[in-house]
Amino acid sequence: MNEFEYRAPQTLAEALADYSAHPSAKLLAGGTDLIVQMRAGRKTPDVVLDIKHIAELNELSYDAAKGLTLGAAVPCHIIHNSDVVKREYPALAELAGIIGGTAIQGRASIGGNLCNSSPSADSIPLLIAMGAICRIASAKGERTVPVESFCTAPGRNVLEPGELLVSLQIPAKSKGTGSYYLRFIPRNEMDIAVVGAGVEVTLSDGKISAARVALAAVAPTPLFVTEAGAALIGKEPGSEAFEAAAQAARNAATPISDMRGTVAYRKHLCAVITRRALEAAVAQAKERQ
Amino acid sequence: MSTYSVIGTRPIRHDGADKVTGRALYGADLQLAGLLHGAILRSPHAHARIIKIDTSKAAALPGVRAVVTADDLPDSGDRMVDLGEGETPLSFIRGNVLAKGKVLYRGHAVAGVAAVSAHVAEQAANLIQVEYEVLPCVLTAPSAMADGATLLHDNLMMKELGQNTGKPSNVSEHFRHLMGDPAAGFAQADVVVERVFDTATVHQGYIEPHNATALWNNDGRVQIWCSTQGSFVVRDATACVLDVPVSQVKVTPMEIGGGFGGKIPVYLEPVAALLSKKSGRPVKLLMSRRDVFEATGPTPGSHIRVKLGATKEGKLVAGEAYLAYEAGAYPGAMVGPGAMCVFAAYDIPNIVIDGYDVVVNKPSTAAYRAPGATNAAFATESVVDEIAEKLGVDPLELRLRNAAKEGTRRADGPKYPRVGCIEVLEAMKNSDHYKSPLTGPNQGRGVAIGFWFNVGLPSACTIAVNADGTVTLVEGSTDIGGTRTSIAMQAAEVLGLPAEKVQPTVVDTDSVGFTAVTGGSRTTFATGMAAHDAAQDVVRQMKERALKFWKMDAATPVEFAKGVFTAGDKSITWNELCTKQARTGGPVVGRASVNPRGVGGSFAGAIADVEVDPETGKVTVLRFTSVQDAGKAIHPSYVEGQMQGGSVQGIGWGLNEEYYMSPDGTMMNSSLLDYRMPTALDLPMIETIIVEVPNPGHPFGVRGVGEANIVPPPGALANAIYHAVGVRMNSLPMKPSAVMEAIWSK
Amino acid sequence: MASKVRVETTINGEPTEFLCEPRQSLLECLRDVLHLTGTKEGCNDGNCGACTVVMNGALVTSCLVLGPEAQGARIETVEGIAKGNQLHPLQQAFLEEAALQCGICTPGFLVASKMLLEKNAQPTEQEIRLWLANNLCRCTGYDKIIRAVQKAATQMAEVKA
Repeated sequence: MNEFEYRAPQTLAEALADYSAHPSAKLLAGGTDLIVQMRAGRKTPDVVLDIKHIAELNELSYDAAKGLTLGAAVPCHIIHNSDVVKREYPALAELAGIIGGTAIQGRASIGGNLCNSSPSADSIPLLIAMGAICRIASAKGERTVPVESFCTAPGRNVLEPGELLVSLQIPAKSKGTGSYYLRFIPRNEMDIAVVGAGVEVTLSDGKISAARVALAAVAPTPLFVTEAGAALIGKEPGSEAFEAAAQAARNAATPISDMRGTVAYRKHLCAVITRRALEAAVAQAKERQ
Repeated sequence: MSTYSVIGTRPIRHDGADKVTGRALYGADLQLAGLLHGAILRSPHAHARIIKIDTSKAAALPGVRAVVTADDLPDSGDRMVDLGEGETPLSFIRGNVLAKGKVLYRGHAVAGVAAVSAHVAEQAANLIQVEYEVLPCVLTAPSAMADGATLLHDNLMMKELGQNTGKPSNVSEHFRHLMGDPAAGFAQADVVVERVFDTATVHQGYIEPHNATALWNNDGRVQIWCSTQGSFVVRDATACVLDVPVSQVKVTPMEIGGGFGGKIPVYLEPVAALLSKKSGRPVKLLMSRRDVFEATGPTPGSHIRVKLGATKEGKLVAGEAYLAYEAGAYPGAMVGPGAMCVFAAYDIPNIVIDGYDVVVNKPSTAAYRAPGATNAAFATESVVDEIAEKLGVDPLELRLRNAAKEGTRRADGPKYPRVGCIEVLEAMKNSDHYKSPLTGPNQGRGVAIGFWFNVGLPSACTIAVNADGTVTLVEGSTDIGGTRTSIAMQAAEVLGLPAEKVQPTVVDTDSVGFTAVTGGSRTTFATGMAAHDAAQDVVRQMKERALKFWKMDAATPVEFAKGVFTAGDKSITWNELCTKQARTGGPVVGRASVNPRGVGGSFAGAIADVEVDPETGKVTVLRFTSVQDAGKAIHPSYVEGQMQGGSVQGIGWGLNEEYYMSPDGTMMNSSLLDYRMPTALDLPMIETIIVEVPNPGHPFGVRGVGEANIVPPPGALANAIYHAVGVRMNSLPMKPSAVMEAIWSK
Repeated sequence: MASKVRVETTINGEPTEFLCEPRQSLLECLRDVLHLTGTKEGCNDGNCGACTVVMNGALVTSCLVLGPEAQGARIETVEGIAKGNQLHPLQQAFLEEAALQCGICTPGFLVASKMLLEKNAQPTEQEIRLWLANNLCRCTGYDKIIRAVQKAATQMAEVKA
């Protein structure tokens, strides 16, 4: 690994000032992606800013009006074990328990998973489905970006030099809303999604009144499939609606063939995994009515 | 009924406390004053000519103390050397340590650096400039065998049925085993099944990466501390590569974090020694996980055709096998043992087996637990299952009708002594598992059996008697899975002592007689036999001491039983006699050397229940039973452990593990994330049934149990998948996408 | 040569100070600087679990922690599991159940299992398998490891009762 300077700013203002002075610095939260990339020589920063001591990045709070504020550096094991997350966002709590294994979850954060911007990131489809908003700050100010607009290419995102992700805002979920993330992996843990699907559905009067579907690992960025959501709205939750959404997901996917799967296999899995994720989300929605 | 008091019990292993407290010292844990840290520069190409290596920038980096390339290896000319696995040209061994002229696989070592820290060494390695002329690469046996294929070695001449053809080829050897009249045999058959199989390159996957520390002392003595299955092999190989006398090299085997056959060849040791010679300091080299995948010896990928013929009564009458194994960059693909094992579980009168050892631009392969046999058994066991189905016979019943037994001749020549193939099959048939029904849709059950040898090979052992009645046992077999204890228990049984009173120590090459590798399922068998014999030597000497103590005639018969020596009306306990050593002639030291013959080998079987997700192709193992003939289980817990570990490696091999190669010869999944060895969450409990058909070639009847257990699982899983969803998988791994594609093309 | 930073931390209850380069991982610091070599390296990218330690109450792979991040942290390693001469019930159960063969993964499994039993005193087989999926063992097939954790859990419950 190349040499670098390590700094651990204690406040957001300090971090933003330092980052704007050293925009080539890399930000360290859990380090489970960054340190691997630095060791492989894929990233060679001269400064590493450890941002996990900043209060705003560690916030985990819930407000019935604002929803969940999830600091970008909150590690998965905290999210996985958080009572409020388990109660209000069970799919998110579950997701935090499948990223990497136990000892990865001790460090890795959802914010880091998002900023690493891998097409196969497990958290991003669910964040998109749940309508999460990114709160981004720099020395110049703040802005917000919906998660579905955050990633721009494999490993790339909308963050400009000097900008950092402070937190994610996830809207409070009304009654009758269920969310789910399902991925297909050859092992049962410790694996990269061949295909992943994050879905959210809201039921009212026995019909689907709102639905969002997003996919992992089938396009250069996590894919928000609005057609799949549209195929569900107004329908009764059942195999016909799920199949229509599944086909929309399959049609929207533009995967590549690689060691994790061929184009044909991945497109096939898009439909299967989307359908199964919808079944789980609807079951949850019914429970929460 | 056994009358043993120690054998068959389950004492706590002697090195246990060290290994659960973090105190056990593995190779990477070694700290020495003045230690330098090394790094290896490896080839980014699968096949290229080295035009020029410029190390000047690396040498100039502050903190760098030495840089070496193949030019630093002695150039003592080529010759054939035998390091225990047959004759190999020295140039191939040296060439794999540091590439000369050409790189033959991605990851091939090109240069070494020693520096004050591992980070500086790595930076320096990256400053070495190598100019390559990239050459086309061949990555599979069929492509390397094709006419006009790029040749890896100009000087590798194909050996055809024992004759040197003088023709340069990627096929180093084609051999044949012929028995009976295969054509006539197939003519008698009512059912003939012939299928083609491919298996991917897979890795042993030990969790501890290779490591070596060397000190080339000012007196010319080379000391090495490393992780190896055979300290004497490292000594001999390093001496050969460096062209120094064997007596000048001392190898201290550190604790070893898994080997499975992959920690027999030398990779780092000679380079660490050269770097030490140049720097005048001890040098430690550690491999990264990627190095382990790219630059050590995985097991061959293979292309196999198996044809079997049976009568309608279910008697196998003829077999034909074609085995082309990928050796990697240098010859030696373990196709020899593959060919010996392909039909080894069956009594078939007419057999022809053709074996091809083929070099390809992948790392030079090494042994992996029953090397060569698993690939072959996957093919045979799939075909046997298909024949059973066609005949409408239970698959275990068909195997029982044809099982190898005492007197069965293998196609490669030997006749079996007493073996336990039938007993293994009976145990499978009578198991709770086989009698239990499957419980749901898309589930299937598969069975398979397999054979692996016990090699003999030399072992030495000494036992010193202490005044307090304990003994100290010194041996040279590195302990990978509890063999200190299984060896000590055999001495304890002879000496009438509890296992805890025998203190076993694995020592360096200066401190014990030559002992071959921990491999070939030989350690508990052969070094255990040495311990048994050394303990008998102790008893013999102690009897003499008793007579001396009693001042009786040296020819008087003495009995030794239950810890008491008796002659006529005289008796003395072991413990008391131990206190009389000094006055009866000094310390008693028993010793023994063995090179055992008469080895029966071990048969194993597997029963696998799977559920296949018909929408994704993913296979879940619901229940798994491993059955193996242990001859006599010395420490049943560690026998079970071997069976469970081998089974799970076989499951990994069968379902997910592979070298996923890009067309340019890069392994794309060279991490433990993407190589996908099974995790705890991917498995059920692994049930075990130990069968004991004593080996007539061992005093306690031991058969080595380290290997045969990996042979059946891929075949059993393939058969289970067929019975679950109706597709015959003909290539490994049977990963979800492959199963899905098979379902689609059904 | 890179300049080193001073790190003050607590390891197995002992206040500890060390110097390291920022690029040295916690794993390297434990092993090469502090000579606490019980924590093992198997892959150096978080995928084998051999280097698992507890850091501020969370299970982490120490290869994916930078040395300076240990500043002010509480770290627990395999060397801290036994209390003096008394093996922890998990250590004892691993020996009795033959839950190790080569032993290289054992420190990571012990550290992870200890934390599991602290959070969940009576885990099911599936819960144990899920928790330990971050720790690879290539020798045992996990069967005896699962049994050892179950046995230790039972024994610890009996001691409490």
